[in-house]
Amino acid sequence: MNDETRYALKKIGFYTAVFTAVVWIVLPIIVSFLYAFSTKMDYYNPSKVIPTSFTGEYVRVILFNLGAWDGIKNSVIVATLTIVISFILGVPAGYSIAKYMFPGKDQIKLSIVALRMFPIPVMAIPLIVLYIRLNLVDTLLGVALAHTAMALPFVVLITSSIFAGVSKEYEEAAMVFGLTRFGSFRKITLPLAAPGLAAAAMFTFVMSWNEVFVASILTLSNRTLPAQILSIMAGSAGGAAPDYYKFAAAFIMTLPAMIFIFFARKYLVTMWGISLK
Amino acid sequence: MERSSLVPYLLILPAFLYLMFFVGYPLVQALYLAFVHDGSFSLEVWKRAFSDYYFWSAFKYTLSLAAVIVPTQVALAVVLALMMNRIFKGKDAALYALIIPLTISDVAAGLIWYSMLSPYGFLNKLLLNVGLINNPIYFFGYQYRAREFLAIVLAELWRSTSIVFVIVLAGLQMISRDYLEAAEVFGASYWTKLRKIVLPLLKPSIQSALIIRTLFAMQVFGVVWILAGRDIPVLAGEGYYQLTVIKDTGVASVYALVIAGLSILLGALYIKFLKAEYLEVGR
Repeated sequence: MNDETRYALKKIGFYTAVFTAVVWIVLPIIVSFLYAFSTKMDYYNPSKVIPTSFTGEYVRVILFNLGAWDGIKNSVIVATLTIVISFILGVPAGYSIAKYMFPGKDQIKLSIVALRMFPIPVMAIPLIVLYIRLNLVDTLLGVALAHTAMALPFVVLITSSIFAGVSKEYEEAAMVFGLTRFGSFRKITLPLAAPGLAAAAMFTFVMSWNEVFVASILTLSNRTLPAQILSIMAGSAGGAAPDYYKFAAAFIMTLPAMIFIFFARKYLVTMWGISLK
Repeated sequence: MERSSLVPYLLILPAFLYLMFFVGYPLVQALYLAFVHDGSFSLEVWKRAFSDYYFWSAFKYTLSLAAVIVPTQVALAVVLALMMNRIFKGKDAALYALIIPLTISDVAAGLIWYSMLSPYGFLNKLLLNVGLINNPIYFFGYQYRAREFLAIVLAELWRSTSIVFVIVLAGLQMISRDYLEAAEVFGASYWTKLRKIVLPLLKPSIQSALIIRTLFAMQVFGVVWILAGRDIPVLAGEGYYQLTVIKDTGVASVYALVIAGLSILLGALYIKFLKAEYLEVGR
């Protein structure tokens, strides 16, 4: 084997590996989308691997008869509340960690990381008792408060690294020209940090949008989408929903995520410190 | 730097108090629910939890799912990250595809994999039509528990490997090119570079990915509940069941505390591991 063929073979092998990985991720999504719209006949026809006749019936039933649309609305409300509360609390903390030196800083940062690791069920199950007392059971605010506890450590850490990335010189220059610390934050740092903060907000949204345990436990009639789907698909009846409804549900849950990643892909990746190219 | 003042503390205080409340209060409440019976300290609730067949089963399945999934996905993520750290045609598209699962919830992932593996699902129809099998392979139902386990593993690998991949890829990109170029000057092969330079420098990223994934594996719930229900009991699922169906807040709290205990134990082990690592490199 000469060098040229060896190089070509290596290249083919490499592309095959990449292709396999991409297919492994993408194929299940495509299949579940196709099945979500396939007719019952096509789905139960064993010789039809890929359905050829389609219907929007099952997606419609899940959305409007089984409450997924209300779930979507609730999810959006909860996620938005979560972003608002966790940013009001988290951005100042992130700024403080990024821009000040003070005794105990490392310990505070470490304990915030540790709290991020706190298991959700431990928080959610006893919260019920508190929520009954506070009349927060089955309210969207209640879920949002719990989701904030989940997202807040993340917001603090991410915003602190975003603020740390904004050069100190700009702020100092602004203060030399007579702006107060808060003024220079508002006029200089905040605009520069805005894209990163937007990415953090999007990620917070996704975290809340996808969370199912807290939402399932704390609500009954005002359920977020995942909680609603979980109770339809695998409720106490034991997963009695027919297959084609399951596929329709998968479609409804996944499509918003796909749209989201299409718009946010650049931020999502850069937020974790990966540069494209 | 700023002269020492109260400002930084005041900025952190609201977030800190909020977290302390939402973590501290539930923890106290969980301990109360789990250890107090009829107004006095008692292990009665724990006995009730331990005597349940599902408790030990859930304990076993939670740990075995983590033991299968976490190492596999870390290995897979490292391979994927090494692949994606090169420059090649179509890289951006491939990268986008690989991070799609970041936004897909565990419930959705369970439903998506159900469409692949159900009796009339894609895999069965494909294999039937190719002629590899004569009857569909059943993945779901309590009599096929081993296959349900496999289905959960597949769905979890599919869904949560991308977060490990992203962390490892970020770590890879922080490795200075100087080291690799120096090694090249001395004629090191790809494998030597990988073993002697890349993997050791990648260790912190791999370890933090390990911590995150292991801790989340202790709370695995949605995927399992969708694909197997209580056929494969897990700790979070049993806590959910005890709370919502049995309405036993005490036993539910026991499950929550066991999850917390496992998480703290594993977290502490990993942190010890990490610290030793940092001392080694002289930090």
